[in-house]
Amino acid sequence: MNKYWHVIKIGIQNTLVYRTNFLFRAGFSLVPLMATILLWRTIYAQSSGMVGSYTLDGMISYYLLITIVDALTAVNEDDWQIASDIKDGNISQFLLKPIDYMSYRLCLFFSGRIVFTVLSVLPVGLFIFYWREQLTAPPDLPTFGWFLISTALAGMLQFMMSFIMALLAFWLLEVSTVIFIVFAFEYIAGGHLFPLNILPAPLAQFLNYTPFPYQLFFPVSIYLGQARGADLWRGLALQTAWVAIFYVLARAVWNRGIRKYAAVGG
Amino acid sequence: MSLPTPPQSVAPSQFKRYLTLYAALWRNSVVREMTFKGNFLMWIFVEILWFALQLSFIGVIYLHTEHIGDWTKWEVVMLVGASHFIQQMFQAFFLTNCVQLSELVRTGRLDFMLLLPVNTRFLISLRQVDLGGFVNGMLGLAVMAYSGHQLGLTVPIERAIGFLFLCGAGVFIHYSLMFLLSSVAFWTVRAQGIVWGYYNLFNIARLPDGAFKGGFRIFFRFLIPMLLVANVPVKLLIHRLESSWEMLLLVAMSLACFAVSELFWQYSIRRYTSASA
Repeated sequence: MNKYWHVIKIGIQNTLVYRTNFLFRAGFSLVPLMATILLWRTIYAQSSGMVGSYTLDGMISYYLLITIVDALTAVNEDDWQIASDIKDGNISQFLLKPIDYMSYRLCLFFSGRIVFTVLSVLPVGLFIFYWREQLTAPPDLPTFGWFLISTALAGMLQFMMSFIMALLAFWLLEVSTVIFIVFAFEYIAGGHLFPLNILPAPLAQFLNYTPFPYQLFFPVSIYLGQARGADLWRGLALQTAWVAIFYVLARAVWNRGIRKYAAVGG
Repeated sequence: MSLPTPPQSVAPSQFKRYLTLYAALWRNSVVREMTFKGNFLMWIFVEILWFALQLSFIGVIYLHTEHIGDWTKWEVVMLVGASHFIQQMFQAFFLTNCVQLSELVRTGRLDFMLLLPVNTRFLISLRQVDLGGFVNGMLGLAVMAYSGHQLGLTVPIERAIGFLFLCGAGVFIHYSLMFLLSSVAFWTVRAQGIVWGYYNLFNIARLPDGAFKGGFRIFFRFLIPMLLVANVPVKLLIHRLESSWEMLLLVAMSLACFAVSELFWQYSIRRYTSASA
């Protein structure tokens, strides 16, 4: 366990090198967010006051929470690094050391998220402060607790899925197209662009059985008090199941990939 | 490192020389792209997917409203199409080249470009052509044509030419701003974050300007003219221009952006100290 603790510490130091990069990332991503919120405000000003089950404040809160959960859970450099580790033959050393590559990457993902979250506190914090009147509080404390748990599971799910995509580098020369294709689905079916429950009901129902909403949308819907009672339990069960499925899949893909691995360059 | 300043005035014979050069660069790019055909097609598919995603966002919004500002559904679809067209043209001619600037600085390969007897900015900006951009740009035009059909729009030839000219100004704005951001590479070597950031600005270009008021609208028209790039050409087609000064503003802003980026480039290149031995 101790060695992984070291990995986290080293990971934090390494990602701090990218601090300007991260700061720019966090800052720049607020521009389209602001545009989206203003766009919705214009739409609400012309409509009856509700879109789906959302009031204007509810809609603004939705986008603010998406931004927070995204900062806490999104994979950004990890998949590219894993893919290039494989292509450049850097994983050879992990096959010799008493360290598990997946756990190692998970630690690095974790430290990357810590650094990113700390750095985005200032820009995102200011942004949320600007919209503080609109941000609704969670209905009660247990709900907030489940929101945090679900956010952690969302992070695990994002990591597992990206890990598997990156492992395709064992077989493919170029994984970036695959990563971008999956990212497109995550972006729309995960709830990045709009809340999934303003879609026609059958479509929203269908999406609930795909892994994508559990990467981002589900924790936010817990916070907003939309997923409660039986919905909450079923959602958490599905989210946990997806994490487990992708964990097993990741292990299986890794084991197959390793057999194929030729240590180019080494 | 002191540099001979490249000739600033381009005489007719000079112009011909640059044209020949550019033709050679084109040939190179075509050969390069055709070496990795599978990859080339995959990237086109990725772009189509993201375009479809933007259109579905508009589709979902218009499930819940009739208007955004004074824009109706098919007008916004046309705007998204036009924005895609402009962005893809920018991508075809300039994007890869701008992105690679930080790599040229980091590895010191910029040295060789500075030594070549051509204008360095010309060479850096136009080295590679991304052919996929043309395919996807046509798709943007196709979506525009379809939405124009839905709107019952007829476009006389001179209006179409005006539209293309304004799109050109839009591409020029994207290029100048991206080149400006890429030049930051002379100060901090890890400039990818900045380049990535520009994608966030693109997002604004495809939104209808009628949705915005106050500071946001002023900022993205007069400082970073994202709300002009695609909005003005489309407004020309759908007869929505407040007055013809909007077209003038777009052209003036594109020249201003280019001038700022050129000044910054001249200033940055003077700071350049080679990275390699």
